[in-house]
Amino acid sequence: MESADLKLDGNAPGGELREIFCAEMTIARSTCAACGAVREMAELTVYSHAPGTIFRCRSCEAVLVRIVRSGERIWLDPSGLSCLELRTPGT
Amino acid sequence: MERAAVLGGLRAPLRWALAEVVELLPETERVVSLVLDVPDWPGHLPGQHVDVRLTAEDGYQAQRSYSIAAPADGNRVVLTVERLEDGEVSPFLAEYLRLGDQFELRGPIGGYFVWDGSDGGPLHLVAGGSGVVPLMAMLRHRAASGSTVPAALLYSARTHGDLIYREELDRLAGEEDGLRVAYTLTREQPPGWAGYDRRIDGEMLSEVFGGPDPAATAFVCGPTRFVEVAADGLVGLGYEASRVRTERFGPSGR
Repeated sequence: MESADLKLDGNAPGGELREIFCAEMTIARSTCAACGAVREMAELTVYSHAPGTIFRCRSCEAVLVRIVRSGERIWLDPSGLSCLELRTPGT
Repeated sequence: MERAAVLGGLRAPLRWALAEVVELLPETERVVSLVLDVPDWPGHLPGQHVDVRLTAEDGYQAQRSYSIAAPADGNRVVLTVERLEDGEVSPFLAEYLRLGDQFELRGPIGGYFVWDGSDGGPLHLVAGGSGVVPLMAMLRHRAASGSTVPAALLYSARTHGDLIYREELDRLAGEEDGLRVAYTLTREQPPGWAGYDRRIDGEMLSEVFGGPDPAATAFVCGPTRFVEVAADGLVGLGYEASRVRTERFGPSGR
């Protein structure tokens, strides 16, 4: 298996994101803290074969978000983002 | 159902529900469609997916995402599953499930790779292998809603026998309501094959879709490398990157 096979996008982890944010996050707009690229989360590069889910910037490859789960706990590290724009309910 | 209602209403927590298999439809040698009854299903949009969770007797859990193959219809949810040789979840779903069996599912999920016809523009679809599944939900929705929005599907598979939904696609394309379907078979072609016989490239995309239409939205779904080639090809033809929507799946995907 080659690494290109393991590179997915932000569509598949939509369920996991909704578990955390209670919102449809594939259409949330993320801003990369490193290069300023703005993309919907579905468009981000995602690696989910690690013990967690890693979201990377599609423009500069910087790590934007890390999610790790173990048992009943979830750790969320969003430190690669400078902004996350969500839609309010019903809009 | 309005898109806003479905997406906005999803501010509610996502809960696991128990889906029951009410029909099994063999599609190809390795692919089966599961017709499920999911109590209190809130409805969904074409292109959305669900998470499926299986729990072993010892408590071990495996979770995967599967695209929904048909438009909303009450509590009825259709998944199309390809059996992967070394898969952890797909062999169970595609081979061992029987009528009346139950498993956990949650959804619908996704708002980016979604088409409900409301933006009116032409629909340009590119499918690699089982990446045709969410695109089929869009085409079935288009047909069921009587839409005549121009649509074209370019569908790449290895062999003729690997083409999922082939009869239905041919029938939909024969309705002469503005849908064109083109196939490419990359590994083996039957005698007298009139479709394409190579991997997708810019020339093929240009022939099938007739050049970039600024009003068109393209949806590309398949294995990662297929999606990259097809999406780059469309952008190379002049499609705006924001109108090329992509969904990739990997070996552990479906």
